[in-house]
Amino acid sequence: MAVSTTVTEAPLPGAYRTRIGVELKEFFRQREGVTFTVLFPVVLLLGLGSVLDYDIGAGVDFSQYFMAGVIAAGIVGASLQNLGIYIASERADGTLKMLRGTPMPASAYFVGKVVQVLAVAAVTIVLLLVVGVLVYDIDLPSAADWVTFLWVALLGITACTLLGIAVSSLAPNRRSASALISPAALLLEFVSGVFMPFGNLPHWLQVVSSFFPVKWMAQGMRSVFLPDALQVDEPAGSWELDRVAIVLAVWCVLGLVLCVRTFRWQDRGDR
Amino acid sequence: MPPVTRPSTAAAPTRAPLDPDAAISVRGLVKRYGDRAAVDGLDLDIRRGEIFALLGPNGAGKTTTVEVLEGFRDRDDGEVRVLGVDPAVGGRRWKAGLGIVLQSGLADSQLTCRELLRAQASYYPDARDADEVLALVGLTEKAGSRGRTLSGGQRRRLDVALGIIGRPRLLFLDEPTTGFDPEARRRFWALIRELRELGTTILLTTHYLDEAEELADRVGVIARGRVLEVAVPSELGGRGTAPAVVHWTEDGARRTAETDTPTAFVQQLAARFPDEVPDLVVARPTLEDVYLRMIGERRP
Repeated sequence: MAVSTTVTEAPLPGAYRTRIGVELKEFFRQREGVTFTVLFPVVLLLGLGSVLDYDIGAGVDFSQYFMAGVIAAGIVGASLQNLGIYIASERADGTLKMLRGTPMPASAYFVGKVVQVLAVAAVTIVLLLVVGVLVYDIDLPSAADWVTFLWVALLGITACTLLGIAVSSLAPNRRSASALISPAALLLEFVSGVFMPFGNLPHWLQVVSSFFPVKWMAQGMRSVFLPDALQVDEPAGSWELDRVAIVLAVWCVLGLVLCVRTFRWQDRGDR
Repeated sequence: MPPVTRPSTAAAPTRAPLDPDAAISVRGLVKRYGDRAAVDGLDLDIRRGEIFALLGPNGAGKTTTVEVLEGFRDRDDGEVRVLGVDPAVGGRRWKAGLGIVLQSGLADSQLTCRELLRAQASYYPDARDADEVLALVGLTEKAGSRGRTLSGGQRRRLDVALGIIGRPRLLFLDEPTTGFDPEARRRFWALIRELRELGTTILLTTHYLDEAEELADRVGVIARGRVLEVAVPSELGGRGTAPAVVHWTEDGARRTAETDTPTAFVQQLAARFPDEVPDLVVARPTLEDVYLRMIGERRP
C-alpha cells in the first residue's frame, strides 16, 4: 500500500490561535465559572464595602482599602483558583490526555491558559474599578501609581498562574480540587489583609502570611490605592515595593519549578 | 560473572527482527509496575490496512500495551515501532499520523461539536472537514450542540470523530461501542469498515467478542502480559478444525454430541425421527468459547 511519508507539520500559529479561542469560550460560556470567578469579588466589594463603612485613618474609607484587597482576591480567583480547579477536571475527564495524543505543541495549551487568565483578570479588575468608582466613589490611582499597579498585577498573575497549574496536580477531580483550593485561597486572602486592615491581624499571622504571595500582592495594591500617609500602618512602616517585587518573583520561580516537576497529562492510575 | 537471566535479554538473539512494513511492530515489550510485570515480553505485528482486535481479560496488559504504542507510557524493555517510529521519541510529525479514540473526555465542554472538531482539526497538517466528519459519524444534526448536552452514545461518536479528523493512518479504538444500543453498534461497525476502505489501519481493543468477530481481520489474545495467539477470528484457538457440536431433544431430554462429520451425523439423526429433529442445533465453537478456554488455561 502506498503511504505518503512526507507528512508536514501543521503550521504552529493555528494551534495557538485555536487554544486561545477554546480557552476563552470554555471560560466565558460557563455560567458557574463566570459567576464564581468574576462576579464573586464584585459581590464581595458590594457586600463588605457597604457593611464595613468606617474610616481607617487619614480620612480614608474602608472601601478604598478594600479596593486594593479585592483586586488581589480577583487576581487569585482568575489565576490560581480558576486554573487549579479547571485543569484538575481536564486531567480527570481525559481532555489533557486526548490533547497529548494530538500533534498540538504543549506550549499552545499553556499559552491558551495564560491568555484566558489575563482576559479573566482584566474583566474582573475593570468590573471592580467601575463598581468602586460608581458605588463607593473610589479615588483612582495617579499616573505613576498605574505603573506600580501594572507590574504588581502582572507579577502576581504570573506567580498565581504557575501555582494554579501546580496545585491542579494535587486533586483527582474537579470537585475535590474545588474543595481543596477554594477554602485555601480564602484563608490565604483572610490572613493577607484582603478583608481587613493588615495591621489588625495578630503579629504571628502577619509573619505566617508574609511567606505567601497574596500578602505582597495586596500590599503592592495598597501602595497604589492608599495615600502614602497610611504607610505607617504597614508592618515595616513603608510599602516595601522592592520586597513586593522580590517575593513575587521568587514565587514565580518556585511556581515554575513546581509546574515543570509535577505537571501530568493523565491520571497516574497504573492499569 | 553470573549468566544473564533476564528473560528478555536472554531471548534477544533468537527474537525475530522488527517488521519494517508493519504499521505496528513490537518485540519483547516489558512494562513493570514495581515488581509486577504488566507486560512481560510481548511480540506483535499489525499489518498496514488491517483491522486488528486485541482481546484479553482486565489486567492482562492490554491497556498498558496500547498506551506504550500511543506514546503515553514509557517501557522498561523491548523494541517498538509504530508507523516506523519509536513511540518513546515520536514527535509532532509522528503524532499527526495517529488517531486516538479514548474512553472519556469532554463531558464538561462548553464548545459545540463543530467547534470541538474544528479546534482538533487545526492541530493536524491535513485534517478532514469538520462537517464531513460529523456526517460520517451521524452527528450532523448535533453540530451546533455543546459537548455536555450529548447522550452517552453521541459523545462516544464525537470521540471517534475527534480521533479521525486528522486523517490518521493508524487509528486506536479503545472499547468504542460501550453503551451503544444494537442499532448504533451496527452503524458504528459500518463506519469502521469504511475507514478501512480508506486505507486506515485500526487497532481495536474490546470486550465484545461479537464485535471482534464482526470487524477484525485478525485478532490477538493477550493474557498475563503476553500474546497467546494471533489468528483470523474463524481460526482462533483451533476453531476452524474443531469438532462440531450437535444439540437436539430426544425422549424429553436435551442431547449433545461432538462430531467431525456433522452432515453424516445429522443424516443418521434424521432417520430416527419421523419429521423434524426436535430443537436441532449444529454449532462450531464460538469465538467466545475458544477465547474463554484460552484465557482460562492461563489463569494462575
